[in-house]
Amino acid sequence: MRKLWSFRGGLKLDGHKQLSMQQPITAADIPEYLVIPLQQHIGEAAYPIVDVGDRVLTGQIIAQAEGYVSAPVHASGSGEVVAIEDRPIAHPSGMHGMCIVIKTDGKDEWITLTPHAEDYRQLDPSALRNLIRDAGIVGLGGAGFPTYIKLNPGTKKHIDTLILNGVECEPYITCDAMLMQESARQIIDGLMIMRHALQARQCVIAIEDNKPDAIQAMHSALTSQESTFIEVVTIPTRYPAGSEKQLIKTVTGVEIPSNRLPLQHGIVCQNVGTAVAVGQAILEGKPLVSRIVTVTGHALHAPRNYHARIGTPMIDLLQQAGLNEHKLARLVMGGPMMGFEIPEHTSPVLKTTNCLLAVTQDDVGQSSAMPCIRCGECTRVCPAGLLPQQLYWHARAKDFDMTQKYNLFDCIECGCCTYVCPSHIPLVQYYRFAKTEIWAQERDRKKSDHARERHEFHQYRLERKKQEDEERRRKKKELLKNAQQKSDKQDAIAAALARVEAKKAQQKQEAGE
Amino acid sequence: MTQIHTSPHTPFSNSVSRMMTLVILTLIPAMLAYIWFFGWGILINSLICIVTAYLTEAWMLRLRKRPLWPFLSDGSALITALLIAFALPPIIAWWIPALATAFAIIIAKHLYGGLGYNPFNPAMVGYAMLLIVFPKQMTAWIPAATENGFTLNFVENLHYNLFAELPADKTYDMITQATPLDMLDIQVALGKTVAEVEAGFIQFSPYFGDGWDWISLMFLFGGLILIYKRVITWHIPVAMLTSIAVLSGLAWIINADANPDPLFHLLGGASMIGAFYIATDPVTASTTPLGRLIYGAGIGIITYIIRAWGGYPDGVAFGVLIMNMAVPTIDYYTQPRVFGQGGAND
Repeated sequence: MRKLWSFRGGLKLDGHKQLSMQQPITAADIPEYLVIPLQQHIGEAAYPIVDVGDRVLTGQIIAQAEGYVSAPVHASGSGEVVAIEDRPIAHPSGMHGMCIVIKTDGKDEWITLTPHAEDYRQLDPSALRNLIRDAGIVGLGGAGFPTYIKLNPGTKKHIDTLILNGVECEPYITCDAMLMQESARQIIDGLMIMRHALQARQCVIAIEDNKPDAIQAMHSALTSQESTFIEVVTIPTRYPAGSEKQLIKTVTGVEIPSNRLPLQHGIVCQNVGTAVAVGQAILEGKPLVSRIVTVTGHALHAPRNYHARIGTPMIDLLQQAGLNEHKLARLVMGGPMMGFEIPEHTSPVLKTTNCLLAVTQDDVGQSSAMPCIRCGECTRVCPAGLLPQQLYWHARAKDFDMTQKYNLFDCIECGCCTYVCPSHIPLVQYYRFAKTEIWAQERDRKKSDHARERHEFHQYRLERKKQEDEERRRKKKELLKNAQQKSDKQDAIAAALARVEAKKAQQKQEAGE
Repeated sequence: MTQIHTSPHTPFSNSVSRMMTLVILTLIPAMLAYIWFFGWGILINSLICIVTAYLTEAWMLRLRKRPLWPFLSDGSALITALLIAFALPPIIAWWIPALATAFAIIIAKHLYGGLGYNPFNPAMVGYAMLLIVFPKQMTAWIPAATENGFTLNFVENLHYNLFAELPADKTYDMITQATPLDMLDIQVALGKTVAEVEAGFIQFSPYFGDGWDWISLMFLFGGLILIYKRVITWHIPVAMLTSIAVLSGLAWIINADANPDPLFHLLGGASMIGAFYIATDPVTASTTPLGRLIYGAGIGIITYIIRAWGGYPDGVAFGVLIMNMAVPTIDYYTQPRVFGQGGAND
């Protein structure tokens, strides 16, 4: 048995997991239109390489990665590109985004795939990473960071532990649990590939103890040889145990310092869904065109997990799960703690869409916020060890320097503080606001610094020119003056000589007389 | 509707009114004990305080143009009123509790910005004002029913509080006496030993022989429920009671003739109500775990100093108010360690 550590704070929450675990993972229908956003990951948006009117096949690259931190996007169904335009997409601030719209033909005709089933161990880790990058794989746990970057240990670093995150600590979400139950072997196949890419010494599959079936499935999928370096670890159910740094602390006891990456400490975390995607990309040559989405909530008759294509309108999935429009109070992407409301129900499923939560009026609190009574419950539950109430105070007063003194940027936005707040203050909202403001100020400052530098350089050039001009004028004047003085002297000499001459002449004359 | 809801998308797990309601409910055992031992005065005072609290609260909210219902229903004014009522002698002119409550709500609470913004505990501000302005009335307690067998009945008590008239067969001096803490203070100062005082005055009986101890025990009982229900944390009560016990214990070991034992200090006066119900007022207390220990210990120390050497028999109110002033500083210097900053493995 592995020794486990604990992190401070956190919450015991009602899981509501059974709601969506009554049915096996179901293949979702191919929608009539697939709306595929170019930005589904952290980093630069992909750049479209198809035109309106092009016929595309399932798995075909339709937008290329731009820059290092980016990921390509693939067609998730065969059909015709009918538009490349701004569409409402899932975004915390309700923004629109550029999307490629495909009218599907129902044939689901795939490109020719190039599997590396047998030879991936012969491949160089960097070649593996390129394949994973080309498959458009990003972290499927929710953050959407390009996976190939997290599989690059860099030149010096030795990776000790690869943690596969099957914790799924948010209530309602069950896509990882169902995946572990149904596809344990594929997860381990993907894990083996990631281990090869990282050359990691050991692997840990971390699962909360409220998922006994998933734990059982993962255990039985391991071969005896694999279990010498892969360990299935059951961790206590406590939100937010699945948060990367909290999970690393729980499993290894290492507390990753706030300004550093786990990689720098020889640890990498990957999500179980990502492992399956990596396995499919290498072993079958399939790019990431679909994912498991938990479609759940009390506004649905038949909540369950769907195997859905990226770009499927959310409303399609909701309707397949038996949406009761009258009961739907809000649609949330992600879990109840960290998810955000999707005002446009036609927004497409993204690579990062782990859950669609159809919330009823009874599921959410109704009253408005009261003043903070400084009860300190938020401090007690904060897994980052912050003083949420002080942060709130300063964020509200727009005293952003103080929010940074109180370590605003260590906030992981888990929502524990807001959940326990007796005054129902939307605390996390204030922190997001403060972060955004600080980023904006920094951008402005950079901009104004740049402008000031340019201005100062301009001033400097003017000044220099002025000085140079003056210098030139001065020299010229001096030159002139010198010339003048010279001529004065010469005149004097000439005059003197002339006088001497004159005298001599006179003397001569006098002598001659 | 265009407003986007923010996370978490869950039912509320807690509310201000739930916390305040629990505080009020857990005061009921102490209230019953009070009535049992000291008659109906506490109930009359409570009613006067509650009516005054709600009238002034509503008036202030209107002046400040705040919504009435959310703030009147939060229960905080009710707690202020009850704490003042618990602090006052059962027989007292009606306008004194009313004045203290109005002072607490208007000056200590709303002039500082209302719920959540007041730096000083409103009930203690109101009570401290009375201690300074009406010292005589504050010390004139009636004996517990167990001591000389009678209290005023409801009508008699009400009559006195309203009209300052006692029944023909009772005089003010006959029915009032100093509290045990007060009496001990006076008599020890006059040169008697603690043992002599305890043997010679009716205020003193073996532990749990009279009302004071039982009422303190009820506050302890209610306070433990509040800790169990997570309305308060253990830090402040434990720190405050421990510091009182340690200081009084030291003094008792050094000179038992001049200093009563620690149990007398823990069960006497406002130690228990102070530790569990007054010092733990979230708005005016420290908010960090370490800060709460310092804050609670500070109140205990000041309380003991005032009891032992100060001019007042008890010191909880001043202890709380003095430590209220220190809260911002305490909070600033006792921030918890942030995850990933200066960890054990660094």
